[in-house]
Amino acid sequence: MERKIRVLVAKPGLDGHDRGAKVIARALRDAGMEVIYTGLQQTPQMIVEAALQEDVDVIGLSILSGAHMTLLPKVMQLLREQGMTDVLVVAGGIISDEDAEILKREHGIAEVFGPGSSTQAIIDFIRSNVQLTRG
Amino acid sequence: MSEHELVTRLRNGERRALARAISLVEQGGPAARAVVAAAYPYAQAHRVGITGPPGAGKSTLVTSLAQEWRRRGVPVGIVAVDPSSPFSGGAVLGDRIRMQALGGDPGVFIRSMASRGRMGGLARATADAVTLIAAAGFPIVIIETVGAGQDEVDIAQTADTTIVVEVPGMGDDVQSIKAGMLEIADIFVVNKADRPGVDQTVRQLRTMLQLGGAPADGWSPPVLTAVATTGEGCAQIVDAVEQHRQYLANDGAQASRMRALAERELAAAVQELILERLRGQRWEELVKEIASRRRDPYAAASELLDG
Repeated sequence: MERKIRVLVAKPGLDGHDRGAKVIARALRDAGMEVIYTGLQQTPQMIVEAALQEDVDVIGLSILSGAHMTLLPKVMQLLREQGMTDVLVVAGGIISDEDAEILKREHGIAEVFGPGSSTQAIIDFIRSNVQLTRG
Repeated sequence: MSEHELVTRLRNGERRALARAISLVEQGGPAARAVVAAAYPYAQAHRVGITGPPGAGKSTLVTSLAQEWRRRGVPVGIVAVDPSSPFSGGAVLGDRIRMQALGGDPGVFIRSMASRGRMGGLARATADAVTLIAAAGFPIVIIETVGAGQDEVDIAQTADTTIVVEVPGMGDDVQSIKAGMLEIADIFVVNKADRPGVDQTVRQLRTMLQLGGAPADGWSPPVLTAVATTGEGCAQIVDAVEQHRQYLANDGAQASRMRALAERELAAAVQELILERLRGQRWEELVKEIASRRRDPYAAASELLDG
């Protein structure tokens, strides 16, 4: 039977702007994915616990506050502690190229989508990189 | 990992095993059935259904009720169903937004489910997911339906206690004597009771109940009020659920309800197995013939079943 791609879209930290996250949630829905949207002001612990309970394949983190170098590595560390290394994690928001490089190289974020990224590029990236045969 | 091992691990409180097992039953197929079979004997929870129109405050009420049970020391599992798109098959599941207050509590497990094309307010796998959460040791499992209209009444055959949530100002008193959702309530909750018109809504519901005379099964549904955002009224609702549970246990009503639930589960299982067995090349040919009106669906079904 067909396996649906399940995606958690979360906003870590304190910024209150979730229009981008909602645009992404809607686009992924229209691409046939099941999107769990958790709302604003999530701690890394809340995000990882929700991802665990919902058994998602992908986590999309939207962050505009500038705190990405603190919060995103924390999410990745908690995922490792839970043994959830097979979950694809992508990030979006205001993240400099230098930071994006570090997040990808040192922390295991799969891709960073900055302003101007097309929703189709995000959908395509998820489809080609998600692991649906998780153990 | 074998299905039995998965169930052993979820019964030991491994939340990830529970989450994985629910994904498995959502997918369906032989492995899903094996997991449900292994969990079934241990699934002893009281199932509380929450239904009502979109925007009535179901998710918020679920959160407040769960908090009330947690204050009483009772672990709570939650399955929240939202609709799938009929076009893309995708879904945005937003019930967790209202449930943030429950985050970080190991005595709570929340799972969002897309309806995946099933009408009636629940997903095909909702009852199986509830079985798994119950087997994981949650004595109360709350099931939140999709925002329901008048006819999405599947919840009544899946829950032990069904709560119908209404809000003030949703139409005149004739709405309340129509058939459908209002007939399935074991408990009515008029939410947003801090808004004008709440007395009138309560009165209309009580009048509707009185028009029907004494209820056939001996339980007359209470009409309660709540403000889910503040938790006001939630202790009374939890009390009413506990009373209804007592009533079911003492009155023998439980036996007839369990029989109705069992019959529904059997019918669903038969349907799933038959469809799985019959789908194939001949199925596809018959679908084409029906689509081009060269054959009617009853004749095609007879051919598939009787050969």
